[in-house]
Amino acid sequence: MDPITLSRWQFGLTTVYHFLFVPLTLGLSWFVVYFQTRYYQTRDETYHKSAKFWGKLFLINFAIGVVTGIVQEFQFGMNWSEYSRYVGDIFGAPLAIEALMAFFLESTFLGVWIFGEGKIPEKAHLASIWLVAIGSNLSALWILLANGWMQHPVGYIINEVNGRAELVDFFALISNPKGWLFFWHTVAAGLATASFFVIGISAYHIARKQNVDLFKRSFLTATIVGLISSTLVFFGGHTNGQFMFETQPMKFSAIEAHWETSAPADFSILTIGDLTGKQEVWSFRTSQIGIPGVLSFLACNNFECEVRGVYDIQAEYEASYGPGDYIPLMVVTYWTFRFMMTIGLAMMLFAFLFLLATRGKYENAKWMKWVPWVIVLPYIANSSGWILTEMGRQPWIVQGLLKVEDAVSPNLTTVDLLISLIGYTAVYGALAAAMFYLMKKYAIAGPDAAMHESVDVVTAAVGADD
Amino acid sequence: MSYEFLQTLWFILIAVLWIGFFFLEGFDFGVGMLLPFLGKKDEERRAIINTVGPTWDGNEVWLLTAGGAMFAAFPHWYATMFSGFYLALFLLLVGLIIRGISFEYRSKDSNPKWRHTFDWMIAVGSFLAALLLGTAFSNLARGVPIDANMMYTGNLFTLLNPYGLLGGLTMITVFLLYGATFLTLKLEGDLRERARELSKKLYVVAAVVVVLLAVFTYIATDITSKIGIDPGFTPIASVVAIVVAIFFINRKMEGWAFITVALHIVLTQVAFFTLMFPRVMISSTNPAFSLTIYNASSSQYTLTVMSIIALIFVPIVLVYQGWSYYQFRKRISTDKKSLVY
Repeated sequence: MDPITLSRWQFGLTTVYHFLFVPLTLGLSWFVVYFQTRYYQTRDETYHKSAKFWGKLFLINFAIGVVTGIVQEFQFGMNWSEYSRYVGDIFGAPLAIEALMAFFLESTFLGVWIFGEGKIPEKAHLASIWLVAIGSNLSALWILLANGWMQHPVGYIINEVNGRAELVDFFALISNPKGWLFFWHTVAAGLATASFFVIGISAYHIARKQNVDLFKRSFLTATIVGLISSTLVFFGGHTNGQFMFETQPMKFSAIEAHWETSAPADFSILTIGDLTGKQEVWSFRTSQIGIPGVLSFLACNNFECEVRGVYDIQAEYEASYGPGDYIPLMVVTYWTFRFMMTIGLAMMLFAFLFLLATRGKYENAKWMKWVPWVIVLPYIANSSGWILTEMGRQPWIVQGLLKVEDAVSPNLTTVDLLISLIGYTAVYGALAAAMFYLMKKYAIAGPDAAMHESVDVVTAAVGADD
Repeated sequence: MSYEFLQTLWFILIAVLWIGFFFLEGFDFGVGMLLPFLGKKDEERRAIINTVGPTWDGNEVWLLTAGGAMFAAFPHWYATMFSGFYLALFLLLVGLIIRGISFEYRSKDSNPKWRHTFDWMIAVGSFLAALLLGTAFSNLARGVPIDANMMYTGNLFTLLNPYGLLGGLTMITVFLLYGATFLTLKLEGDLRERARELSKKLYVVAAVVVVLLAVFTYIATDITSKIGIDPGFTPIASVVAIVVAIFFINRKMEGWAFITVALHIVLTQVAFFTLMFPRVMISSTNPAFSLTIYNASSSQYTLTVMSIIALIFVPIVLVYQGWSYYQFRKRISTDKKSLVY
């Protein structure tokens, strides 16, 4: 295994892992904000307990996001030093601003929120959870503006002397439509993730007739937020797709296994490629069931427009960037998109059905005990979405400017990378086990256990021998 | 603002971020390393963790911001150092990960084995972080092999030279002392007394190591050619600060003991960055290959934009972080009702 492949695996694993926890942080923070604010307004103890309960689960999740986030910031320099040199002038700025504007805010006020209850004025305590939510979401904005630049570089020139990309227009960087589309899509996905998390855990307790009043309120809130946010995710994704069609046509066509240019273009229901991923073996498309032009609609909102195929774009890229393989790994882009979209639609449907159910006596319904399984849906969709976005950009690390193979740290050896890759995998695996154990324990224990800051049963010494 | 002025300004800003990080997280690391040794009973350990509970994460953001600022202002510094010190930084990250998660998870389960494991992870994580940061910084002062293309040509073992390891040892012992003086200031009763007794013992070790490091700095770095035999005010003041600390420790003047150790840490870092300036990575291969604030920096435009942003947000951060310290200024008792983590 060469260092580039290992570095890519490491970035992929650490980033997908980090992003398992981020969406829940982004979304669940607002649920805690909502319940605590309602408690402040109404003095209704149920809201207080809700804030404490969801807050507890929020903290267990947040901690992993924080510690794995440090790796994210360091590994650009550690594994991708040539990338860092090339884009530091531009990419470093949003990263530094993220730390300064968002990380300080969320970490400081999270400490205040955890430790401040009963010690600081209630208003300040309430404000602190608002600031945590704002800080987390601000952090998403800055990192997505940075990633948006990698997908759609703006506001830069290539310095002829040192060959690096340099920033010339900061406002173009922070108003990059790609970054804002990502932000819309990601924040909505975060809310949808949190909604399904809340729906699933509430259903668990409702089905067991525990704290039914509290969890019915949580369930209702989450179905409303879930329906709105999953709809927003869907339209954000559609808009994102159209922007991609204009700015990253190769990614767009690779997602659809769209080999040959056509107008109108057909949407693939199922396509099988050969093992190289460069050739179609068999395909079943929408026109075969009588609906032509679906892909054209996805690309440009009408059923007629031309969508170029990957072969044509490959030829075009070779003409402008020189010989090379510009087609992403299509089996990945094709299937991750289908996972993401199918689950996204399923989430909209589920949220709608759950909302309908809340109009009746759903707490007695037999199907309630199966509802907790919906929690896995957003996790698959979120991961698929990011794998699609990042792998669909290959072979570029910065679209049209820098290839991944030119971005890696040249000094790293296979041994270095094996040590770190195995090390991260082991540590992250252990973290996941501890997180899952605690999350399950507190989710099942319910709101009364969450009213205590720590489950404190043992009074004995830690051990007389230490 | 001239380009050169901006480059100098960002060198100073990054120095301030690192100094702020060591000033704040230094005692966190010390507290972490002392945890399993000073805390005998569970509630004692909880009290110790609660002294840094509300603030440790905010302290660590100084490191993240320093890293981000290096990336934005001196991409070559960030790229050369982070890729060059790859395995050392990997171990640092492992240390920070296991330590951070342990603060949050440790008391969320009452199984003594669970708590015991996380206590030791806090200690080991803090130890690793102090060791590796100390080793990395003394290697920066000493110089590391860097070729004409700004590429680090050594490996992990290049960093494990005697001066590098002495730097690591210094950071460990000074942070232990710093942590003990912090705990004396933040705890109550018996635990406070034990922290004080411990700080007396730790003081001896730290003082010896600091003097050793000062002497070896003359041998291992280019301080004599750059600054001269007389190192100037800052390094001398830093040594004086740690020398007088024992006076305050013995007289139970806890606030002053903490301040003098903190002052030592801050002044040592100031001395370090003064020695480095205007270089950011010294090449031991050839001085001409060194990275400086001039050849490693971002464009004038980026530095200007970042200066404006830093000028707005750094004061805001300082205000609210200061406010949070003020809110949690009270001593921590081992009374379980008052403990959070």
